[in-house]
Amino acid sequence: MGKTIAEKIFDNKKKDMPFDGTHVLKLDAVFCHEITTPIAITDLIARGKDRVFNPDKIKAVIDHVTPAKDSKTAEQGKILRDWARRHNIKDFFDIGKNGVCHALFPEKGFVRPGYTIIMGDSHTCTHGAFGAFAAGVGTTDLEVGILKGVCAFKTPKTKKFVLKGELPEGVYAKDVILYIIREISVNGATNMVMEFTGPLVEAMSMESRMTLCNMAIEAGGTSGICYPDQKTVDYLWPFIKDEYSSKEEALLKFQNLISDSDAEYEEVLEYDVSLLEPYVTFGYKPDQVKSVTAMQGTKIDQVYIGSCTNGRIEDLRIAAEILRGNKIHHLIRGIVSPATPDIYAQALDEGIIKIFMDAGFCVTNPTCGACLGMSNGVLASGEVAASTTNRNFNGRMGKGGMVHLMSPATAAASAITGEITNSSIYTSRVKGERE
Amino acid sequence: MKEFKGKVLFLDRSDINTDEIIPARYLTEITKIALKSYLLEDLTLDTFNPNQDINEKGVIITRANFGCGSSREHAPWALEVNNINVIIASSFARIFRQNIFNCGMCAIELSEEKIEHLFSRYSNKDTFLAVNVTDQIIEIEADGEKETIDLSISEYDSALVKAGGWVEYADKYY
Repeated sequence: MGKTIAEKIFDNKKKDMPFDGTHVLKLDAVFCHEITTPIAITDLIARGKDRVFNPDKIKAVIDHVTPAKDSKTAEQGKILRDWARRHNIKDFFDIGKNGVCHALFPEKGFVRPGYTIIMGDSHTCTHGAFGAFAAGVGTTDLEVGILKGVCAFKTPKTKKFVLKGELPEGVYAKDVILYIIREISVNGATNMVMEFTGPLVEAMSMESRMTLCNMAIEAGGTSGICYPDQKTVDYLWPFIKDEYSSKEEALLKFQNLISDSDAEYEEVLEYDVSLLEPYVTFGYKPDQVKSVTAMQGTKIDQVYIGSCTNGRIEDLRIAAEILRGNKIHHLIRGIVSPATPDIYAQALDEGIIKIFMDAGFCVTNPTCGACLGMSNGVLASGEVAASTTNRNFNGRMGKGGMVHLMSPATAAASAITGEITNSSIYTSRVKGERE
Repeated sequence: MKEFKGKVLFLDRSDINTDEIIPARYLTEITKIALKSYLLEDLTLDTFNPNQDINEKGVIITRANFGCGSSREHAPWALEVNNINVIIASSFARIFRQNIFNCGMCAIELSEEKIEHLFSRYSNKDTFLAVNVTDQIIEIEADGEKETIDLSISEYDSALVKAGGWVEYADKYY
């Protein structure tokens, strides 16, 4: 019987199997941020175990509320900062260098095919885009990860998604994942790895693959995962060029991880993406998804473009292309948060930031901020946001607020009209100008 | 080991998420006890009143996929500091379920039929429930009548509960 990529990673990283079906894995990386890590740190101190298993395998960032908004968030940042210094954690990212963890850590080359990664953050599944097993965990798992470099998981079951066909105009990775979550429900992949394969995934950039894997958790998935390929190697090459004699050698090694053709799956689902439309959520669950056409005309108060789902350069380019030469609706508050300083700098170089500003957007520093209603764009009760983030839970962006999840293209078009709008009216204009 | 018993709070809905259990705006707290008064503040459920209904409860019975969403262990902690150490549901989100056992608390899965039975028979009564982890049984009491239901906790989960949590367990073995 063949093995899935997740099963191969579990075999390679096995530390122990204390009980049937329980796998204790050796961790290649433990990622930390200032919301879930400080309580682990204070608990370790209280237990007299203020140690780290390996400072080089721990990466930390202040990203959820930065710069600090009040005394409490300042204290959280301080606990993380002091701890990183105390334990000589060199890869610690503070103000000026910090950004949204799931955009920043891949950009710094901290994720490799075959890695096992945990973080006290549910969207850790993002890093599966590189062919890693990456799972969100709670503070206790994080604490043990920091102290011992291990984490326990059940035998990984895998649901495979084979994505075929070409995306229609105005349809992006975000629309694909929203569609998949609608099809399988918020409980459709609980305790399972979501393996994304097929010609569409092969054609996708690493950024789009991250968007796809990022929302695996919204279907209950443990990790999203894509097969490592030439694009993975090209993305990582600056970080691995001293480890391999050539890109070919790296690719050959990484591709050993790819699932065997006779691997066993819980289910294999095949989708023809050429039939998809732009999608948007309604209600308070990420599987409550309708086509933008069906939701067309829904009034909004705020547009938010950013987050670990859609705050990368590709996302900003797509939104800027639609916003170029347009003003956002006078009743709309537009907020864009480039996910990392490098993305911000690149967007400046490419003139994207100017397009956003000319359109009437407020450009914030990189932070998770408004996505979970902690800072930088919290909604008032009764207000409605069009957002490129990942969760539309009740109160997510502020108590009593409503969040509609969508792609950066749909968010940009909606900012211009002041209501949920299909981006095609603007993209066809852009195309027309070029022709 | 913690105490696994108390009056039952029935939450008749599936997919109750972590943001409903404890909203993100309270994640700036750095002690568990500070979360106490915010438990289930944003729960979308008609007739539920967080100020009255949580009082003196020790057990929650609910439907499918309880605890979906965020990885925040603040969700189990908010329950723990309200002395709710047992959640019984037809299924749980993975991270939440693991967090519960990592804290030495109990997340018990019963079939949808059994959950339906518990709702139809007990949800409008003052119900008391106790979990015996060693013998793997649930005892339910209402209107002077007692019922016993078998439960199944894996060896690993049971080891975590008996050790008092994952830190204690891992410290002993790794």
